[in-house]
Amino acid sequence: MSATATLPARRPTKRAIPGLGPTLGFSLFYLGLIVLIPLAGVFFKASGLGVSGIWHVITSERVLAALRLSFGAALIAALINVVFGSIVAWVFVRYDFVGKRLFDAFIDLPFALPTAVAGIALTALYSPNGWIGSLVEPLGIKIAYTPLGVIVAMTFIGLPFIVRTVEPVLREVDRDLEEAAATLGAWRWQTVVRVIAPAVFPSVVTGFALAFARAVGEYGSVIFIAGNFPLVSEIAPLLIIIKLEEFDYQGATAVAATMLVISFVLLLIVNLLQAWVRKRS
Amino acid sequence: MDIKIRAVHKHYGSFHALRGIDLDIESGELLALLGPSGSGKTTLLRAIAGLEPLDAGQVLFGDIDATSLTVQDRKVGFVFQQYALFKHMTVFDNVAFGLTVRPKHERPSTSEIAKRVGDLLELVQLGGLEKRYPAQLSGGQKQRVALARALAIEPRVLLLDEPFGALDAKVRKDLRRWLRKLHRETGYTTIFVTHDQEEALELADRVVVMSRGRIEQVGSTDQVYDYPQTPFVFDFLGSPNVLPAVVRDGHVYLDGATAPLDSYSGPLLGPVDLYARPDDFRVVHSDPAGLAGTVVETQRTGVLIRLTITLAAGGHGIEIEIPNPDPEMQVWGAGDTISVRPAHFSVFAVGTPANGTASQAPAATTPGLGTSHTVVESRSRGR
Repeated sequence: MSATATLPARRPTKRAIPGLGPTLGFSLFYLGLIVLIPLAGVFFKASGLGVSGIWHVITSERVLAALRLSFGAALIAALINVVFGSIVAWVFVRYDFVGKRLFDAFIDLPFALPTAVAGIALTALYSPNGWIGSLVEPLGIKIAYTPLGVIVAMTFIGLPFIVRTVEPVLREVDRDLEEAAATLGAWRWQTVVRVIAPAVFPSVVTGFALAFARAVGEYGSVIFIAGNFPLVSEIAPLLIIIKLEEFDYQGATAVAATMLVISFVLLLIVNLLQAWVRKRS
Repeated sequence: MDIKIRAVHKHYGSFHALRGIDLDIESGELLALLGPSGSGKTTLLRAIAGLEPLDAGQVLFGDIDATSLTVQDRKVGFVFQQYALFKHMTVFDNVAFGLTVRPKHERPSTSEIAKRVGDLLELVQLGGLEKRYPAQLSGGQKQRVALARALAIEPRVLLLDEPFGALDAKVRKDLRRWLRKLHRETGYTTIFVTHDQEEALELADRVVVMSRGRIEQVGSTDQVYDYPQTPFVFDFLGSPNVLPAVVRDGHVYLDGATAPLDSYSGPLLGPVDLYARPDDFRVVHSDPAGLAGTVVETQRTGVLIRLTITLAAGGHGIEIEIPNPDPEMQVWGAGDTISVRPAHFSVFAVGTPANGTASQAPAATTPGLGTSHTVVESRSRGR
């Protein structure tokens, strides 16, 4: 018993890295202040409608069409970017060519450009009398003022997310690995499919999630090119604005809350997928 | 499979990495490519594997001209310095990779692959670790997985790039011994690259010493160590003392000695450089062929003691290593006078750059040194 009396008064810390308490506390406070409280406000406002009221709003034909377009187009745009963004990243990592730095800077433009500028530029290009729009019109294809235009705009703004997340990971894939695969008899496509793709897959998933999330939330560039015909090319964020302008605050927040829930579930799924992939390697 | 390398040249831009390599490698041989960095040893290894396209020359596997084969068709087992294991695959999948990428009609059945991989993992003493990922292995284990993966394709030749470079000293020693045993058991023609002379001498049957894209000497470990043909080889396999000496009347004299060290029948005449390793020196008493000097420093190195000596004639500093305790029970200390003579030595033309191209070709690559670059080999065994 007397031995315990000589123990130092201070409790030994269990962890080698100190500061868990304050940093975790700060993180939660910050997350709450910046993210959770405003979002909770959305749900609070929407709850004024009651469950049946919310259900009535979000099952209306127009809202359903808008949600379908927003998430569907975002999904397609993100998938397109997964394919072509990965190729762009590959080219940047593997090859040297004249003007590489310039191209490199161009990739980030969709990050920086005011979305309205992008929207106007895209509309000018893809409208029936624009450069590209006039080329495909004889084929019976309309891009601007259709869901196709929405996908084009969302693809535009999502590209840098894929390129910038895949690029550093691809850079880490050693030449050695490809050479090892070759000496073992693997042909080029086998090496790409079995060695390189699995190594960069987690980063592709991250890039996909970012591009998708951005596309779902995109407003400025899409509304110019979409034409915004109800039931056809009207995106959910625009519908929220329209409802706000009609002073239907509760209807607007009901749509907003729905988008929030869907987005959260999708991102959660992506994160779980990533955790699973990471555990395997 | 025996391998012949014929007049192989390789440039990287203006850098001439391989300058006409000719080499015959016997079937089942364990060969070391030894040289400093930039000597072209790794380039040569990669050229054999087909990982570096050649500018000129041929690589023959037996009677097959490998130069016209792709990397995939050469069937070489290549073990990379950093192992290059596939991180997202288990040990099993890594080893099986070379079998599973084969076209369907050549691919062994799943059960056959499982058996082969199991056997190989037993061979490299990694049985039971099939399900591990590379990140869960130690350096030595990764090395052995890489080796098993290379052996899985039943390669024509096994090529190892600095196989022990990334391992700590103890593991390195064990693996060396183990690799030697594995080679004896499997009999694969094996070529490995190293910059560590000790590793080359301990592991290989034959050693190829390379410098600046050329082969300096090829020979058994005994040949290259005991009869270095060029100052470069002498310098690379140990840290020799270089002493001024003179050849006259068919004898070699050390500068400052009054009696000849040994008879000499080579073509050199006049001043020469005499190369002798620290352990080649013997302590002598009043030997007119030897050299007197003063001990400057003594240092214990295991069973030997290293003496730093300043010679009375010319004031040269040399380092010698003698058994400790000295057979004559003399305890050496700083300030003692001592007399030594080299028991084994080689003489080379004066000024042949030890770290340069000891070029037999008339095209001297280091102008400005003025003296003859013609290297004459003469390894005399005194006593």
